[in-house]
Amino acid sequence: MRITSLPLAAAATALAMSYPCLCSAPAEAHGFAGDRFFPATIATDDPFVADEMSLPTVTRNPTGPDGSQEIDIGADIAKRLTPDIGFQLGRQWQRLQPLGGRAVTGFGALDAELDYQFYTNGPHELTAMVGLASTFAHTGRVAALGAPDFTTLSPLVDFGKGFGDLPETMNWARPIAVTGNLSMDFPTKTESAGTPNPNNFNYGFAFEYSLEYLQHHVKDVGLTAPFDRMIPLVEVSFSTALNRGYGGQTVGTVQPGLIWAGQYMQVGAEAILPVTHNSGHGLGGVVQLHFYLDDIFPQTLGRPLFTY
Amino acid sequence: MRRYLLLGLMPAVVCSIWAWPVAAMAHAFLDHTIPTVGGTVTAAPPELRLFFSEPLEPLFSGIEISGTDGQRIAAGKATLDPRDAKQFVLRLPPLGPGHYRVHWHVVSVDTHPTQGDFTFEVRP
Repeated sequence: MRITSLPLAAAATALAMSYPCLCSAPAEAHGFAGDRFFPATIATDDPFVADEMSLPTVTRNPTGPDGSQEIDIGADIAKRLTPDIGFQLGRQWQRLQPLGGRAVTGFGALDAELDYQFYTNGPHELTAMVGLASTFAHTGRVAALGAPDFTTLSPLVDFGKGFGDLPETMNWARPIAVTGNLSMDFPTKTESAGTPNPNNFNYGFAFEYSLEYLQHHVKDVGLTAPFDRMIPLVEVSFSTALNRGYGGQTVGTVQPGLIWAGQYMQVGAEAILPVTHNSGHGLGGVVQLHFYLDDIFPQTLGRPLFTY
Repeated sequence: MRRYLLLGLMPAVVCSIWAWPVAAMAHAFLDHTIPTVGGTVTAAPPELRLFFSEPLEPLFSGIEISGTDGQRIAAGKATLDPRDAKQFVLRLPPLGPGHYRVHWHVVSVDTHPTQGDFTFEVRP
């Protein structure tokens, strides 16, 4: 899935600051580390390679700092090349309504990502992944919609940790899990149409409380379907510009929500709360339908292309 | 025109995938257990019975039980309930009062592995 895009404002500052959130194409994965099942989070990257697809992800962004309104409809697919290496592709259709202007529609840039899940520790429910994300130049509607005319390369590190290894005296905390992602944007052009393209440091975290883990690994509290497969969570996603006149400026959102993870798919919904002036104002929201291709097509599409 | 075509195709793709799982299997998730996860029983249970969301492959699945001291308790091999391949059963020797930890690892019939741990208590 994708990091939720902030409004593509016409104003140069907003555009420069909001773009990194669009181009940090995150991985999507549901995965296991020992007893822990990690769902595919919506706003932040997951520390797993997987065979999955988000279709669609519908986002109504908070009102932009310049008053613009943006709605995105996205699709992402992730495929394992080997059990530990995977890639993904993502694209969004966008509708941008500038304040007092005519709405503009079209596709945003094409996102791609190559990942290597290099560490998994089952007993401690720990996993980690490195990767390289890329947003490609001239693959979206550049002039009207603000899609980039430059490519951005973003090396990334993701991790996930479940707390099921806590002592039983802390049973209440054992369903908690945290995933995180860190990345740095390196645009291939330092400016576009007179607007600088800064390097950005992106960081996001998802704080999850798995009712599935509580019910099936800690204490049978009587939850039945669909509640025993629900995972309340809060995601936070930030991007801080480091240079080229924008040093220190940060955009970010906090996204409380709920994911229901079934056998073949999951459904997620989150509110989007901007938390800095440059992030816009008001309330947004995102809903996502996400399919586990490895469960739907276990013998074909859902397997790694190569095994060893 | 192309974008409307793509947006029009999206529901069709979603519906196709939605319909496909009828013939598929998936990761086997634990549904519930007897004795219950984290529960307390007043008499030694004769067996552990784990209920899963998917049929299991018994050759690659197992259940182990250990006592409070971490010592594994000798029990037979877990077997599938002959009437329901989603139920995995481990016959138990007589258990004394105390806490017990159960570790299970299963492979669903489409080869997806999952595992888990839970505890229960026998209290006289």
